Amino acid sequence: MSNNDYIIDVKDLTKKFGTFTAVDHITFSVKRGEIFGFLGANGAGKTTAMRMLCGLSYPTSGSGTVAGFDVTKEGEKIKRHIGYMSQRFSLYEDLTVMENMELFGGIYGVKSKDLKERASDLLEKLNFVEERDTMVGSLPLGWKQKLAFAVATLHRPEIVFLDEPTGGVDPITRRQFWEMIYQASSEGTTIFVTTHYMDEAEYCHRVSMMVDGQIKALDTPANLKKQYNAASIDEMFRILARGAKRGD
Amino acid sequence: MSTLKVLIRKEVLQFKRNTFLPKLVVVFPVMMMLVLPWVTTMDVRHVNVSVVDNDHSTFSTRLINRIAANDYFTLQSVTTSFDLSMQQLEDGEVDAILEIPKDYEKSFVTGNLKKVNVSANSVNSIKGSLGNQYLVQTLSGAINEMRNSNAPVKNGELIAIQNRYNPTLEYRNFMIPGLLVMLLIIITGFLPALNFVGEKEAGTIEQINVTPVSRFSFTLAKLIVYWVAGLIVLTLALLVIWLVYGLTSVGSILIIYVAAFLFILVISGFGLIASNLSSTMQQAIFFMFFFVMVFMLMSGLFTPTESMPKWAEYLTYILPPRYFVSTMRAVFLKGATLYDMRYNFYALAVFAIVMNLGAALTYRKQS
Repeated sequence: MSNNDYIIDVKDLTKKFGTFTAVDHITFSVKRGEIFGFLGANGAGKTTAMRMLCGLSYPTSGSGTVAGFDVTKEGEKIKRHIGYMSQRFSLYEDLTVMENMELFGGIYGVKSKDLKERASDLLEKLNFVEERDTMVGSLPLGWKQKLAFAVATLHRPEIVFLDEPTGGVDPITRRQFWEMIYQASSEGTTIFVTTHYMDEAEYCHRVSMMVDGQIKALDTPANLKKQYNAASIDEMFRILARGAKRGD
Repeated sequence: MSTLKVLIRKEVLQFKRNTFLPKLVVVFPVMMMLVLPWVTTMDVRHVNVSVVDNDHSTFSTRLINRIAANDYFTLQSVTTSFDLSMQQLEDGEVDAILEIPKDYEKSFVTGNLKKVNVSANSVNSIKGSLGNQYLVQTLSGAINEMRNSNAPVKNGELIAIQNRYNPTLEYRNFMIPGLLVMLLIIITGFLPALNFVGEKEAGTIEQINVTPVSRFSFTLAKLIVYWVAGLIVLTLALLVIWLVYGLTSVGSILIIYVAAFLFILVISGFGLIASNLSSTMQQAIFFMFFFVMVFMLMSGLFTPTESMPKWAEYLTYILPPRYFVSTMRAVFLKGATLYDMRYNFYALAVFAIVMNLGAALTYRKQS
């Protein structure tokens, strides 16, 4: 399966919490090397769906594979092949930039020599060289997010999941962030990203639109705009999200 | 670097950078051992006594002097009426009253001995009953002395008492091994639990759970740091005990450390279960508090398990600290050997396995 064109391939993936169906029979695929935008209003079920794909949450029903491994049974194997950046900043604030890189690099089994090389490479790219020994807790938010992305891709995963990576980040940093995403993509990493910024959605190869736990639309931004007769993804979002019962 | 090494390095760095923990590990055992052995005492001393002297004889004077000289008593007052002394007892100035009847010394000579009245405030039942007993003992001592001076030879009533293992009858010596147990419960039970829940609250556990790190290495790395901290705490406490109270273990110090290490395994595993079942610090703390209260009050730390009601005594068998408390006392005060204590060690080992298995099973990377 890992030679398959699709790095994510799920069918009828569902997650229920008691009587509440957070994710309701979603079926979709993501091609290798793609930048896939996973859109939806707050509470639509994006994070829950992403957590199932990352092996953090067991699906209630449905099936599928991520990086060639079964999402229902092989969560730990999936984890070896993915990178993940959670919505909430979750690196260690009481460790330095370098210590965080060493920790996560070490956990993924990156060899010390490679780790040093990649780390100094990344630090340079991020203009972080001087912050090498700074405690992560004292970095500004935008920097933290860039660092989180760097750490999530340090072990060269096949696919990286980004959960609202640019939330609360200034426009310049946001732009730099997308440059990093494009760079990773050009190196062959598949990007799976959720966002609330519709201009960012336009940068994706394909986007899906989630409403009340279901995927209501999935195509390239251009095709979607045509299909919904909308001038922008932003407008399409409004058309689709209007019918939502959940969220704010 | 192996994963475990990387993880241990992380824990050590975080521990060292914490503004509170390194100080706690040093200050806590030292303060606890400097203060608590003095105050956790059941020895009844300085019982405040009021004597009602209706006799005014040589004997009553001698008895009053005896009470005044005794370390167990503080002679508060000598009055001439019971009501006056009773008033003082009600005001809380006096714990016990000894009333010597009129013509007591005379009744001595006639052989028709009058009765002495002893009243004690028994709100604190131990202090009340012991105060009574001490007074009666002092009285009978004085009577014997009187008789001896009248009839110098008195046979057959001599008893030799030997207090084994704690010859000076210091309650402190009994409490110190128990306090060591308390210390380890607090340091190695609470700290790993709080550390783990701390990662949940900070959200960092999410980033860890999405990596292929094994639950075992991640947990072990944390535990190793607290095991070492626990052994440092124990060592500091033992040093204080030796330097301040001159008390050292009669039994092998190695057995103390082996028992302590087994117990640390048990209690840190327990702390991890608490943290796995809690999602906030608050929950974890209350979870721990509930059990720690039971551990402290039911494991024979302060009150002997044998004096508990039968059902409670049976219940103590499922409390791990019980085995550690009795091992510590037996080794520390009596010099028990590993062989003597083997059942306690078996029990602790079983608990260590059960607790850590429980901790591994309740930690889930995927929900």
